[in-house]
Amino acid sequence: MLEFLHSLGLPQNLSLQGEYIDNANVLMHWLMLYLFIGWGAFFIVSLYKFRASKNKKADYYGVKSHLSSVLEGAVAIVEIIALFGFSYPIWAYRVNEVPDSRDAVNIRVIAQQFAWNIHYPGADGVFGRTDINLVDESEQNFIGIDRSDEFAKDDIILQNQMHIPVNKKIRVDLSSKDVIHNFKLPELRVSQDAIPGMTIPVHFTATTTSKDFLESVKGTPREGKGLEIACAQLCGITHYRMRGYLTVDTEEEYNEWLASEAEYLDFGDGDDDDWGDDDW
Amino acid sequence: MSSSSNNHDHHEENFIQKYIFSVDHKVIGIQYGITSLLFLLFGFSLMAIMRWQLAYPGTEIPIVGFIFGESGVLASEQYNSLGAMHGTIMIFLGIVPLAVGAFGNYLVPLQIGAIDMAFPKLNAASYWTYFVGGVIMISSFFMPEGAARSGWTSYPPLSVFENGQTIWLISMIFLITSSLLGSMNIIVTIVQLRAPGLTWMRLPIFTWAQFVTSFLLVLAFPPLEAAAVMQLMDRVAGTSFFLPSGLVMSGEIVDVAGSGSPLLWQHLFWFLAHPEVYVLILPALGIVGEILANNTRKPIWGFKSIIYSMVFLGFISFIVWAHHMFLTGMGQAMSAFFQTTTMIISIPSVVILTSYFLSLWGGSIRFNTPMLFALAFLPMFGIGGLTGLPLGLAASDIYLHDTYYVIGHFHYVVAPGTIFALFAGIYYWFPKMTGKKMSEMLGKLHFWPSLIFMNGIFMPMFIQGLAGVSRRLADGGQSYAHASGVLEWNEFMSISAFCLGLAQIPFIVNIIMSLYSGQKASRNPWDSTTVEWAAPSPPVGHGNFDGPINVYHTAYEYSVPDDKKDFKPQFEN
Repeated sequence: MLEFLHSLGLPQNLSLQGEYIDNANVLMHWLMLYLFIGWGAFFIVSLYKFRASKNKKADYYGVKSHLSSVLEGAVAIVEIIALFGFSYPIWAYRVNEVPDSRDAVNIRVIAQQFAWNIHYPGADGVFGRTDINLVDESEQNFIGIDRSDEFAKDDIILQNQMHIPVNKKIRVDLSSKDVIHNFKLPELRVSQDAIPGMTIPVHFTATTTSKDFLESVKGTPREGKGLEIACAQLCGITHYRMRGYLTVDTEEEYNEWLASEAEYLDFGDGDDDDWGDDDW
Repeated sequence: MSSSSNNHDHHEENFIQKYIFSVDHKVIGIQYGITSLLFLLFGFSLMAIMRWQLAYPGTEIPIVGFIFGESGVLASEQYNSLGAMHGTIMIFLGIVPLAVGAFGNYLVPLQIGAIDMAFPKLNAASYWTYFVGGVIMISSFFMPEGAARSGWTSYPPLSVFENGQTIWLISMIFLITSSLLGSMNIIVTIVQLRAPGLTWMRLPIFTWAQFVTSFLLVLAFPPLEAAAVMQLMDRVAGTSFFLPSGLVMSGEIVDVAGSGSPLLWQHLFWFLAHPEVYVLILPALGIVGEILANNTRKPIWGFKSIIYSMVFLGFISFIVWAHHMFLTGMGQAMSAFFQTTTMIISIPSVVILTSYFLSLWGGSIRFNTPMLFALAFLPMFGIGGLTGLPLGLAASDIYLHDTYYVIGHFHYVVAPGTIFALFAGIYYWFPKMTGKKMSEMLGKLHFWPSLIFMNGIFMPMFIQGLAGVSRRLADGGQSYAHASGVLEWNEFMSISAFCLGLAQIPFIVNIIMSLYSGQKASRNPWDSTTVEWAAPSPPVGHGNFDGPINVYHTAYEYSVPDDKKDFKPQFEN
């Protein structure tokens, strides 16, 4: 069934928990298929067998057995299995097993019309102070980071560019500045609304690097197109291209990337801060 | 038209009283029917324009392109408008008024042997409130801000800041009021005006369905009416029911009171909108039940369990709403509760559908046009219902949420599902309403292409949904890499949609032609058992029936053993 869903269009899964989500989908699609084939076969046979031209007189009583109750019972049993065996545990893992920010790569994602702001805490592992009064789009300060805060000095803030290391727990703290968005990573089976006024954690572990993924899609229409962050909740005029880019690196690549971004930070904002300190 | 025409003025007044501001349930039913069919056609046209954009993004729209500016290309905000209005019009101005306003109004009094609705003036008020609501909704296209563009679900904060929403909300307040008036009337009529002998278990499935539906409307709509007023206040009076503090838009801090909750709207909205799904389905199930019994010439299998299932569906439909909101940050307890209720509600749905399938066994099946539509309803509605399962289970919904899979799912329920049932109903009761039969040949010419093209539109949506393509993308997913493998379906779906439009031409021609030159229909042209067929075709002006009605049997006494005729009407001893 999973192969069948893949052949229809389901992209290959690249995350640890995605496998469980796919399993739930496979189970539900088996149930659907059995019921549909059952109904469909009965339907076609009935229409053929009991057409008026052949069967002149209808039978007042019709079906006498109560086998249909067995069918209904079977549906109920499969649904109970789906709930207890699949859905409750998957959901419990999703919302109750959110890793502590010290045990995972912690990233803040702040959605806005129509971009994803990605906020890394930097080397100190602590997110700097943010304040909406400091938001200044002309200065590229989209999330209102307060660079004078000691924890903020090494924070890396990017728009629409997200890097994560493979095989490590990732915890994204998701929020929005304006309207409701949805942070969706289709291949990682991650999807979560970003709601203004709330911060919602979402966690996952990527199991394949972008490089390996790109290798695997060679020869398909997907060739050469990397992973993306999609917005899956209508958020306004250009919702349809509110797209970010996700790169799953090996741990070394990820650390190199972080270092290179941090270097860039020292030149730009470091000067700013010095100037600010002297002045005041 | 029976006026002594020596006084011309008197005649004019009569016409208006009789056909415009009538209090006769039959006239109001037909008014509802014509208005809602026109809205369905209009809502369909909006979708056809959207589908052009999805298949050929950035190209000029043929024929109507000039409406959308000089280039003739649909801008993304226009796409969002069309999307929001397609949903709103189809649901609130098309299907519900057709299913409840038209069919309910026309048939419920006839099926229970009543001379009219319990409150005829309230009934007229319901139609005219609906009409005004519809005019307001359409007028928003011509307002400087344009029509609403935040989806039919109108989630704040977006809806509070987007153009066009004010008119949408005002219109919704009218439409909701109309539904409340109409549904209360139906409940009272069914409780109070049943003919002697028409006990609850003798009541036909259609009337039962209308009864449950009306309760859903009466109980579920008031929260949305309140919510609509609150959102209107957020827009025009500076309140913040749905706006949190600290919003920053386009780099500027938004000057609002704050401290509101965007999720509050979603709860209030879906508290209506999930029962609303059953408002769309139950009348359809009722219509299909009638037609199946009549054209299999045997009683509906499991009549009582169908009725109990419908009532149970009605109750449970009030506690499943948050399955539309699994991804709003819901914790374990909430998600467990709502997915469990959602799985529970699937059981009575399976019971009803299975009973309908089993009803075919042993029948003497006549394949006339109403029956074809009713039969096609069964597997189509089956697909719609079954594809709801992975969406109702929170785990699988994580991936499928808000993708085209959802669009495919509910369109299968509503389009080849409910709309097919409504078509079936029109073909079935047209002789009763007009005294003329509709053409079978044109009916089949309407049915087969409609069935094929409906599937052509909606089946590929599951494929796109499995690929993860989101709904409400103005370019149909062109911007996203994960959509690249399934984009080629867009053209196929759009062409199917255009062909589906063409396939409705035989239907329109059929209605007009049959009205003028259709074969005359007798009182009971389908040899049916329910009470509406005791009335003349069309039923007489005031009073519907020639005399008092008594009911002696259950609703579907077809092919009773040792009976000469193969049907035993409820109204004949």
